[in-house]
Amino acid sequence: MPITLTINDRPIEAVAGQTILEAARANGIVIPTLCYHPALPIVGSCRLCIVEVEGARTPQAACGLVAREGMIVRTETPALARDRRTILELLLANYRDAEYTAADRDDTEFEHWVKLYGAQCPPGSTPRPQRKVNSDPNPFVWVDMNKCILCTRCVRACADVQGRFVWRPNGRGARTDIVAGLETTMLEARCESCGACAAFCPTGALDNKMSVDAGKPDKKVTTTCAYCGVGCQFDLNVKGNRIIRVTSTPNAPVNGMRLCVKGRYGYDFAHHPDRLKRPRVRKYLLETPNSKHQIPKSSLQSEWVEVDWDTAFDITARKLREARDTFGPDSVGVLTSAKCLNEENYLMNKFARQVIGTNNIDHCARL
Amino acid sequence: MDDVADYARAMLIIGSNTTEQHPVFGAMIRQAVLKRGVKLVLADPRRIDIAEFAALHLRQRPGTDVALINGLMRIILEKGWEDQKFIEQRTEGFEEFRTTVMQYPPEKVAEITGVPTASLHKAAEILATNKPMAVMWAMGITQHIVGVRNVMDLANLQMLLGNMGVPGGGVNPLRGQNNVQGACDMGGLPNVYPGYQPVTDAAAREKFAKAWGLAKDEGGRMKDESFALSGKVGMTVTEMIPAAGEGKVKALYILGEDPVMSDPDTNHIRHCLEACDFVVVQEIFPSETAQYADVLLPGVTFAEKTGTFTNTERRIQMCRKAIEPEGEAREDWWITAELAKRVLAGGNLQSPISDAPYAGWNYENTAEIMKEIAALTPSYAGVSHERIEKGERLQWPVKGADHPGTPILHVGAFPRGKGKFAPVEHLPPAELPDDDYPMILSTGRVLYHWHGGEMTRRAKGLMEIYGQSLVELNPEDAERLGLNGNRRVRITSRRGAMEAEAWVTDRVPPGMVYANFHFPEAPANELTIAALDPVSKIPEYKVCAVRVERVGGNQ
Ligand code: SF4
Ligand code: SF4
Repeated sequence: MPITLTINDRPIEAVAGQTILEAARANGIVIPTLCYHPALPIVGSCRLCIVEVEGARTPQAACGLVAREGMIVRTETPALARDRRTILELLLANYRDAEYTAADRDDTEFEHWVKLYGAQCPPGSTPRPQRKVNSDPNPFVWVDMNKCILCTRCVRACADVQGRFVWRPNGRGARTDIVAGLETTMLEARCESCGACAAFCPTGALDNKMSVDAGKPDKKVTTTCAYCGVGCQFDLNVKGNRIIRVTSTPNAPVNGMRLCVKGRYGYDFAHHPDRLKRPRVRKYLLETPNSKHQIPKSSLQSEWVEVDWDTAFDITARKLREARDTFGPDSVGVLTSAKCLNEENYLMNKFARQVIGTNNIDHCARL
Repeated sequence: MDDVADYARAMLIIGSNTTEQHPVFGAMIRQAVLKRGVKLVLADPRRIDIAEFAALHLRQRPGTDVALINGLMRIILEKGWEDQKFIEQRTEGFEEFRTTVMQYPPEKVAEITGVPTASLHKAAEILATNKPMAVMWAMGITQHIVGVRNVMDLANLQMLLGNMGVPGGGVNPLRGQNNVQGACDMGGLPNVYPGYQPVTDAAAREKFAKAWGLAKDEGGRMKDESFALSGKVGMTVTEMIPAAGEGKVKALYILGEDPVMSDPDTNHIRHCLEACDFVVVQEIFPSETAQYADVLLPGVTFAEKTGTFTNTERRIQMCRKAIEPEGEAREDWWITAELAKRVLAGGNLQSPISDAPYAGWNYENTAEIMKEIAALTPSYAGVSHERIEKGERLQWPVKGADHPGTPILHVGAFPRGKGKFAPVEHLPPAELPDDDYPMILSTGRVLYHWHGGEMTRRAKGLMEIYGQSLVELNPEDAERLGLNGNRRVRITSRRGAMEAEAWVTDRVPPGMVYANFHFPEAPANELTIAALDPVSKIPEYKVCAVRVERVGGNQ
């Protein structure tokens, strides 16, 4: 049974059990949040999502408030804006930005709301970092607890998405810190470097270490991981023909926000200097282009020569034809690749069977 | 996978180190255990990470999976936990199967597998009384000479319990590389065309011969008989490379594979590739295999091309080009097509008839190739880039342009009508420990690396965390070898030797060592045995006999 309620003077239909926040979002109404994330359990601690409900004496946190028939809700009023600014200013009092990141990066969620509500750093609070910037040796996750606002999204991401329980709040009240394990390094606390905590962090206290200075991408391209058969999807962030980071694409069919260390951080091989950039042939192939079978197999001794594509294709085509026409199609073997596209595998199958005439085609599924 | 994570009430993970090899699925399983109280039974010789989340961990000896599964099924039958209705209506061959299984009483199974009878009873109860129950397996099941038997026996178990064709049930193979499923679907196998249409089937041959222009054309001109599509099943990779060593295979075209790193018995592979007349390797890096190439063609990474991958649950998804190819490297599909044109242009008996619908090699993009695939592959008939780009979620079979795909297989019926129970007997591994080689070596992957390591060894952070090969060794064995402080070991098998740092841990049981094959300086596959499953031709990576000694220090 759908429920009808009113948000900001608009009649809204909600599903039974939906919260005000969910119902608002489903109808394109933005309510600011920090500790809330749709993929995490609700804690309702930051109170940025407060709304006014007719009949209630105080503003209510929308993330935990279940929609009821006939409710009348307001999400943006001058009083709420004032309250939100106060909440943000309290957080700013303990938030210190050491300004190491490139100026052209996107605002974090936190910065976005700070700007939107015009929150100012309260006078008297020290802008200098109180804690070590980049305090954990994990090669993938950047830790700068000067920016921590204690939303505990990382704690929940690690526990409820990854099932690893690395992060935990330590201490009480204003002296609370988020620490890894028993105040060890992340890896010692059994971190698997999946990057979920960084992906969920709204302030950049946890971030992708490889990308901290990388700035804003020119474009984001949703694609599928090249490592294992789970088939996770994510966004490649590209700037100037380089992949600068991987971000989760929340509605990925298989994995949602989840990724593993290889998918999230194993992309830099694409730009490795070892990449083959031009076709190469062994020198002996250029020296005796017409002799057929007399050439001793000397590839290991013969040095590589970089050539253009035409030369490489011509030599390869000639050698494959020779084998096929001299010794029969079954003297040629084709190994296709479980790393390559379906379309490429199809072509390799067609190549072996149509062009060469053999069924000697396989890949390493067995291995 | 989401159906397993959301609906299964029990799970059996066997031969899969899920949290390291399929990490995101592993994380989903952990949440299913934590949030939904799913009962997980893990069957693995090693105490791998997911063991922490298991209700029960069976540490069967490597290579004794069939005995274990048969033993569990016998207990299920004795307790009357089988799904009689499912067996009657949906299966055949039950009686014969039952006779075989009854020969595996718990005491005998305990003796073969080393799993105590009490654990066998408990496991059978968990798996049989919580429904639906999902079985997950990976290469720990297939990389044995009895790999195919293992897989059949897991299907037996699920038919016995009526867990086939239901969300949260089934047998769920976890494929290794990201597009193993797609490579198989696309005919990257010696016995089938795309969509598993057998090359031995004359009708299938005719279909492809016509499509590819190898049949008689309209005017009645005949192609040379010797070049019609071959009906002879081809060689597998594990046959092809030795054949190159024997001079039967003269030329190899290798796309994105690194058999030197990933195939068993490396020394032999090196020798074979060296002996082969002509090897062309299409790769992104100068791989170990590339050293044996005569021509190297620079392909591109997944970030530089557009097309589709098919994941382990048959889901067809887009890979999208994000960056331009490095240097003169080119999309692999383009390279193959160009090469095909050149070979065909060389003038020979076989040049295809030009007016056959799919004879040519002029492709603008992979969307066009997918059209050809859809036309010739019934299970991909309704697949197109347009549909996926529109946001449709397609799992094959997708039988037509308006067919929504098939998230769960075998609902209501098996493709062959009834599911057949296949009685399977235990067979010991090809090589067992003896006095000279007293320990068992098993090989596999670790979280931070991938396969032959060509990509992950070139990812800086991954190397920071896991920069050298570690060999897992039980503390008891370490003590026996006198490994105090001195952690370097040499492992020797009948085929070769390697040295690596030992990680002394009770993850492995006494008598077993575990090595990965990600690092060329610690090439585990110099040791492994090229003993193959007779049907699948998969090598027995999970069991071979070795000797372990410490390196250096005073003896
Ligand atoms: S990277 Fe993953 S495992 Fe490590 S602390 Fe963050 S969420 Fe937990
Ligand atoms: S992100 Fe990890 S789990 Fe997901 S597909 Fe890639 S390798 Fe597999």
